Amino acid sequence: MIGLVIVSHSAKLAEGVQELAAQMAGEQVGISQAGGLSDDGETLGTDAFKILSAIEEVWCEDGVLLLMDLGSSVMSAEMALEMLPEQQRQNCLLSNAPLVEGAIVAALHASLGEPLQAVNKVAEAALSTPKLANAG
Amino acid sequence: MAQEITTKQLRKWLLAYATRIIENEAQLTELDTAIGDADHGVNMRRGMDILQKRLQEKEQAEEISAFLRSVAMTLISGVGGAAGPLYGTFFLRAATSPTNGSSIDLAQLTQMFRYGLDGLQQRGKAQADDKTMIDTIQPAVEALEAAVAAQQSAAVALAAARQAAHLGMKHTIEIEARKGRASYLGPHSIGHQDPGATSAYFLFETAAEVLTITGAD
Repeated sequence: MIGLVIVSHSAKLAEGVQELAAQMAGEQVGISQAGGLSDDGETLGTDAFKILSAIEEVWCEDGVLLLMDLGSSVMSAEMALEMLPEQQRQNCLLSNAPLVEGAIVAALHASLGEPLQAVNKVAEAALSTPKLANAG
Repeated sequence: MAQEITTKQLRKWLLAYATRIIENEAQLTELDTAIGDADHGVNMRRGMDILQKRLQEKEQAEEISAFLRSVAMTLISGVGGAAGPLYGTFFLRAATSPTNGSSIDLAQLTQMFRYGLDGLQQRGKAQADDKTMIDTIQPAVEALEAAVAAQQSAAVALAAARQAAHLGMKHTIEIEARKGRASYLGPHSIGHQDPGATSAYFLFETAAEVLTITGAD
């Protein structure tokens, strides 16, 4: 079963998304978060080292999917992947999915035991699911 | 024997850089308020406060590569925003360039900057004229490379790099942003100097001031 990492500039946002996703997944899916800068949990920002420990926290051989909010989250997540040993890096994937919808969909499909690529595919497809019945 | 730059001098350079950023926090904030999310001054100041403390600790790496790596780690965790991973990558990559252990000559210093620039371009996926820190660093590195090829002294080379960096920074006023938050503004970003190009300029300004003093430590 794959693990999930939630990356956000805000510690509160990351914790909130983690909470929402965990509710969908039950207890069997490992979901960790890396929100805000390292020390205080109040300063907005992203920290590659914090992301690295979040990956290690939920690491399993089936792989880890990372969901990011925006901007430098992506750069910091890329950096964290580069710091991993080659074998682990190959089993980590950065998702293009929207953070909230993507995390919920990913958690649900991860809990069904789907493989990394498949979970990412449905999470990314959450981008094209309209929120309003009469939209798009 | 060409003049060698030691770990101690690099440390002095980065202390000067940290001070210069802290002195100019308000300017960086003002520039980033015009075309960004107004956090560059605060983020850089926070990172530089931490870097200053780190550089003043008794335990200092002797080897240049270890020293640059510790600078990178400090910036990655301390700066936040896009500048954290960007400056972090710059120094992390610079740390992989060839040295003589605890000293480098001008050609190796130039190579160190080139490694950093290449890392930066890979990380940020920005090119020249995107209105980013690349617009400062790239011409400065090219000026250093030209000076090395012409067998200039460190003082001349670093003065040329500072001048090229300054021109590059001023050039960002004239161009439209294609990367970062400012790119959402499109043509409205013209007329404003890029905050990242400005904080990057101070790297070369302080390098020209500090790294040319023979025997300084």
